[in-house]
Amino acid sequence: MKILVCVKRVPDTSDNEIELQGDDIRRDDLVYSVNEWDNYAVEEALRITESLEGQVTVVTVGGDDDEEVLRRQMAMGAKEGALLSAGDGLGGAEVAAVLAAYAKKGNFDLILTGVQAEDGCAQVGGMLAALLDWPFASLVNAIEVMGGKLKVWREVEGGDKEINEIDLPCVLSIQTGINEPRYVGMRGIRQVAAVPIPKLGKKELGMSADAAGKVRREGYFVPAVGKGAEMLQGSAGEMADKVMELMRAKGGLK
Amino acid sequence: MRVFAYIEHKAGAPDDTAAELQAAAKRIDAAAAPVAIVTGAGAELDAACAAAAEMYSEVWKVGNSALEYPNAELVRQAVVAVVPRGSVVLMPHDHFGIDLAPGLAVKLGAAYVPDVVAIEVVAGTELKAVRQEFGGQVSTHVVADISAGAVLTVRPGAFQAGGAYPAEGGRGTEAREVARGPSHANILDKSAEVGALVAKRRYLGRIAAEAGDVDITRQPLLVSIGRGIQEQDNIAIAEELAEALGAVVSCSRPVVDAKWLPKSRQVGTSGKTVKPKVYLACGISGAFQHLAGLKGNPFLIAINKNPKAPIFQVADVGVVADLLEFLPVLTEKAREMRLTAK
Ligand SMILES: Cc1cc2nc3c(=O)[nH]c(=O)nc-3n(C[C@H](O)[C@H](O)[C@H](O)COP(=O)(O)OP(=O)(O)OC[C@H]3O[C@@H](n4cnc5c(N)ncnc54)[C@H](O)[C@@H]3O)c2cc1C
Ligand SMILES: Nc1ncnc2c1ncn2[C@@H]1O[C@H](COP(=O)(O)O)[C@@H](O)[C@H]1O
Repeated sequence: MKILVCVKRVPDTSDNEIELQGDDIRRDDLVYSVNEWDNYAVEEALRITESLEGQVTVVTVGGDDDEEVLRRQMAMGAKEGALLSAGDGLGGAEVAAVLAAYAKKGNFDLILTGVQAEDGCAQVGGMLAALLDWPFASLVNAIEVMGGKLKVWREVEGGDKEINEIDLPCVLSIQTGINEPRYVGMRGIRQVAAVPIPKLGKKELGMSADAAGKVRREGYFVPAVGKGAEMLQGSAGEMADKVMELMRAKGGLK
Repeated sequence: MRVFAYIEHKAGAPDDTAAELQAAAKRIDAAAAPVAIVTGAGAELDAACAAAAEMYSEVWKVGNSALEYPNAELVRQAVVAVVPRGSVVLMPHDHFGIDLAPGLAVKLGAAYVPDVVAIEVVAGTELKAVRQEFGGQVSTHVVADISAGAVLTVRPGAFQAGGAYPAEGGRGTEAREVARGPSHANILDKSAEVGALVAKRRYLGRIAAEAGDVDITRQPLLVSIGRGIQEQDNIAIAEELAEALGAVVSCSRPVVDAKWLPKSRQVGTSGKTVKPKVYLACGISGAFQHLAGLKGNPFLIAINKNPKAPIFQVADVGVVADLLEFLPVLTEKAREMRLTAK
């Protein structure tokens, strides 16, 4: 099975305080990593190829800085990487179009994306599938290979599971928690440091020059919030006393 | 330009989002009457259409035995068959909208704006909406060229459901009467416009989420932990606090993904809906999928080391602290209280 996994480099938001700089976010001292969902997707692809046979390719649409996430995912076990450079500030639809152009050249049986990117909106996987005219399932949290098709479990509301059968080739968007991604150390990354990663532009992908995107981002802002929380002040002990008092007053303590 | 709202329904009853989509549609065009699209089969479809007809002045019914279960691939074919090009189609940003909407936008050749929390203005062929990024830490304006139509997914709960259409539309009792009757004048049957539906993805069945050791939905006080707990070994810190308080530990999704707590402890859209009196959110950033699991307006106390964490926007009381240091202090206080109470 030839599997393509789409990965994106994103600011790691749980470790970062996002601040504004003009109408963009302040990017200088952000810590970047691979999008959490994509890491699960790569792990899932590796498990499938390890139990059956086949090969995993990781691909990203971005610039030179983004190559590091390809290396990281190759250190996990992906055999090939590809960097698709198609200009800055692409919207989700444009990213999906670039990925579709690449996928058409590759003879893949299966494409995995994350459900969503931390700075995205859960759209690229579904669009990619539609552009390729392949079937799609989102929010997948278990996969079983059954010959020319897959059995997939989708996680729906309340944690219920919806079971589907889906023909190959197809696109799946992978939900967190589907597996436990393997650890990648510095040594692993060093081992793949010399593996060449082809960089493809629109021309190599056989794409025509820019068609303007339909959706553009006009800049970031911090919304005016309502009253917000009453922030407690004082020592830890004083704040803890106050929290105890409130929990009792509001009926939390018996 | 017509505005359509895709109505999710279960057992013949429209989802809460049906009314919210109507509120969102009014933000796009206050004058136009949005059209509800209801797909399905049999008696459940009829019941869902009748209920939708009480809310919307026009309902398009799309019936087909293949649509009995909402398989997004088939629903997409049906919607593409009936909706005129250039329309705006609204649906909820939930497990179904995420499945259907991106591909639908591609097939309609329309702009796609996901997870909309507000619609600011529609001017000419441009629609300006608000989205959130980075777990709600910042918002962004997006501008979509809707000259070829648009598909928008709307965040559940973001738009306040207004009065139902009879109240607003001025047709009052009369329309309501019509809607209640055996044949609804405002329901148009579009089923014949849909050809054969064939899917490369087939629905097999559903499994309900497992029940856990404790039922977090029935607790007056939840000590809820998020990724800020950092390590499996630290779970004990929260458990000690919960024990001292006579409470139970619940959590956000990453804690379950890491397998530190069972799924039955997860609060949120893909977990449990809880309604405690007091919710102590420790190291939880406040993503909407998490907050959507909090019902009944609990008193929300948030402990987070980041003073800008979005949870502080919705909490009643906030403590900026490292939870690994603060929770043990709280545990001490709780134990003292127990001793003095005896
Ligand atoms: C379809 C879908 C369904 C989902 N369903 C759910 C769901 O049901 N429930 C759910 O919870 N999520 C759900 N999510 C995930 C959700 O989007 C968020 O990713 C998740 O809620 C984030 O969890 P968190 O707040 O614990 O982690 P983070 O967002 O990483 O936040 C961690 C917080 O801890 C703080 N912190 C870190 N260290 C400390 C410390 N030492 N002391 C104090 N504070 C600290 C940080 O400042 C940060 O605010 C879903 C996502 C999708 C796409
Ligand atoms: N620039 C990109 N390069 C490669 N894959 C991407 C890119 N952007 C998004 N994806 C994939 O699409 C998924 C959903 O992203 P999004 O629709 O932006 O939320 C991600 O988890 C990735 O798998």
